[in-house]
Amino acid sequence: MSNEGVDTSRRRFLTRATAAVGGAGVVAALYPFLASMAPSERAQAAGAPVEVDVSQLQPGERLTTEWRGRPVWVVRRSDDMLARLRTQEIRLRDPDSERDQQPEYARNEYRSIREEYLVLVGICTHLGCSPLFRPDAPAPEIHEQWTGGFFCPCHGSYFDLAGRVYAGVPAQLNMAVPPHRYASDTVLVIGEDGGEA
Amino acid sequence: MSGNAQGGLLGWIDERFPLTRMWNEHVAEYYAPKNFNFWYFFGSLALLVLVNQIVTGIFLTMHYKPSAEEAFGSVEYIMRDVDWGWLIRYMHSTGASAFFVVIYLHMFRAMLYGSYQRPRELIWILGMLIYLVLMAEAFMGYVLPWGQMSYWGAQVIISLFGAIPFFGDELVTWIRGDYVIGDATLNRFFALHVIALPLVLLALVVAHILALHEVGSNNPDGVDIKQHKDKDGKPLDGIPFHPYYTVKDIFGVGVFLFLCALVIFFAPEMGGLFLEYPNFERADPLATPDHIAPVWYFTPFYAILRAVPNDLAGVVLMFAAVLVLFFLPWLDRSPVRSIRYRGWMYKTALTLFVISFVVLGYLGTQPAGGLYTTLAQVGTLIYFGFFLLMPLYTSWDKTKPVPDRVTG
Amino acid sequence: MRKIILLAMMGLLLAPMTAIAAWPTVPEIDGLELELDVHNKASLQRGARLFHNYCLSCHSAQYMRYRRMAEDLGLPEDVVSESLMFTTDNIHETMQVAMPAEDAEQWFGQAPPDLSLVARSHGPRWLYAFLHGYYEDEERPVGMNNLVVSNTSMPHVLVGLQGVQRAVYEEVDGEQRFAGFEQVSEGSMSPREYDRAVTDLVNYLTYVSEPARLQRERIGLWVLIFLVLFTMLAYMLKQEYWKDVH
Repeated sequence: MSNEGVDTSRRRFLTRATAAVGGAGVVAALYPFLASMAPSERAQAAGAPVEVDVSQLQPGERLTTEWRGRPVWVVRRSDDMLARLRTQEIRLRDPDSERDQQPEYARNEYRSIREEYLVLVGICTHLGCSPLFRPDAPAPEIHEQWTGGFFCPCHGSYFDLAGRVYAGVPAQLNMAVPPHRYASDTVLVIGEDGGEA
Repeated sequence: MSGNAQGGLLGWIDERFPLTRMWNEHVAEYYAPKNFNFWYFFGSLALLVLVNQIVTGIFLTMHYKPSAEEAFGSVEYIMRDVDWGWLIRYMHSTGASAFFVVIYLHMFRAMLYGSYQRPRELIWILGMLIYLVLMAEAFMGYVLPWGQMSYWGAQVIISLFGAIPFFGDELVTWIRGDYVIGDATLNRFFALHVIALPLVLLALVVAHILALHEVGSNNPDGVDIKQHKDKDGKPLDGIPFHPYYTVKDIFGVGVFLFLCALVIFFAPEMGGLFLEYPNFERADPLATPDHIAPVWYFTPFYAILRAVPNDLAGVVLMFAAVLVLFFLPWLDRSPVRSIRYRGWMYKTALTLFVISFVVLGYLGTQPAGGLYTTLAQVGTLIYFGFFLLMPLYTSWDKTKPVPDRVTG
Repeated sequence: MRKIILLAMMGLLLAPMTAIAAWPTVPEIDGLELELDVHNKASLQRGARLFHNYCLSCHSAQYMRYRRMAEDLGLPEDVVSESLMFTTDNIHETMQVAMPAEDAEQWFGQAPPDLSLVARSHGPRWLYAFLHGYYEDEERPVGMNNLVVSNTSMPHVLVGLQGVQRAVYEEVDGEQRFAGFEQVSEGSMSPREYDRAVTDLVNYLTYVSEPARLQRERIGLWVLIFLVLFTMLAYMLKQEYWKDVH
């Protein structure tokens, strides 16, 4: 065994080349493993858009459906309820929906495509409980000036009938409006962006 | 290369943990004989396959459901719905067979060059324990997909224990955890397959390597390289494992991965050998497949089992066929290690043994009966003859003089 | 010499691997030859049309998703929704049947098996022979029997395409032996067209049994090319270092 006449530069080059190619191979091999942890085809199927028929929904009522494993509410607001929205604005944290909790087409006074129909992900933005629908007013056990909205029993956050959060409660953000569109006059598609049919 | 009194992070670590010392002891300054040949690739390849099985196994358990109701569906879920799940599954299933290919060749190497002989008896025994645990691991793993072969293979193998007198039936029921193979069986096999046996396997592998590095590697000449050292106390016929054998093994890994990739991407069932076709049918306790055969790496022993008409004797012989290997270091009375310097008797015996093992392996995949049973009986005789007559023919055999130093 | 012995030994070890075929044996039917190509999209699309119109009303393919099929076969999702989906309107769903399993069991004596994996568990040749194996038999309640699965409870759904055939037997050493089929009445397809249609159907079922195969063989080629490159580099590196030893 001898080290005489060793071409060290060739040796170094080959070492580096093999290490680089091998390293690239290892990194490439990592990809399938990491990708296998992403939502599978089945999870994506469960997360597919859902259609909701709102023709039977009466003013003042709410229906609940499921999208991506989470409750999604459709509330048909009466004229009276819509009128009440304006009375509380000074007590809200983000009355103009400036924080990014809704698609662009729902960034308006009613946080909806059509005034009547509010679509919300039914999860409190504090720690993920599902708030109660309390359209009734007054309700002094929630707040002496309650004008209807959603009340979270877990930590006492409350939201108005557009899902906007009140100031001074644990939750900091308005409730989320999921992407949705109208497939026809009475059929809502939740999970797909769009707008009016 | 002294590795002590270093600064920086390595120095900080070395003061608290023998990192450099371990690296030197087991890699950089582990002197291995310079005449390793083709057969010496399989040790490091076995290590590679072990890592592959553990990594792919972990990712499979993220999606697999160990219940009789859901297991089969969850494997198909992995194959279809999980991104790249098919690749991970095929790497695991091909890896299982590759493991046995590598291990069998690794063991054969030991028989060629007498690597089990004094002072390496313990390495051999630890290796045999690894082989034993690996068989249990593979058997239980094969049950998990819950196909027809999983189910009926488990049925047959577990029933073997019923041949044990007095408490056989009770033992079988206890292993199954139910009166039939069912959810309980699958559940416990899952626990053993993913936790218990891999832990034992890892511990044994570490012990196997530590024992090897304690006494040093054998070589194709069976010469002790520690007899001739230079003035620094380094064996004249030895070279440091790193870089010489690391670069050589990396090349071996390349070839090996190429062969594995051929199977994984172009023949994952390997013609029904690595994944048996009936296993693509969900387990059905009411319908036995026409022909039950274990996976190829068990078939030699399965053929021995079936060669004997008596239940108990068959089971005893089958287990004996594995256990007799443990005694190899004491059965071999030859004064030389390597086949290069042994006489015609051992060479003939080893050739017959390999032929009988392969033929038994083939017979185990085929339906029993007629000529095949006779052949299996002859094969069984040769198999055991190789071991039981070994003390005789190895002491009668005429050996050639062993050189002082390694050749080539 | 030693190398030759070595290679011979390796060959011996590998020999039994090629000698095993665990797929069920298929009776010899003259002139049946099957050539499959799961990468042939046109064939898969034709096979899909047959499968979804003739098979899927009774047999499910419960592990196969419509969306995956649409993607792999290069079909637009709305085309699949309209012309190939009859039991669901959600393209993400798997291929289920509308028929409840209990009803099926009453009608046919046993529930029609799921076909997701039939091409893997039984083999394409078996399927091909089975779909060619129906013949007239008055002793059976439906008037048909099958050479591959005798007394099958499955009616010959493709009889309109194939027409009716009769099994001809000859006597060999005092034993009745199957000699071949004889056309009794014409179907809407010529025998050659029928062979092609069944080939497409079997091709589609082969795809359904392992949709990942399309991806697998495509990626496999690149992996092999990479490994050749890597191995060559590693070999050069090894030769370079081993100059010290030799």
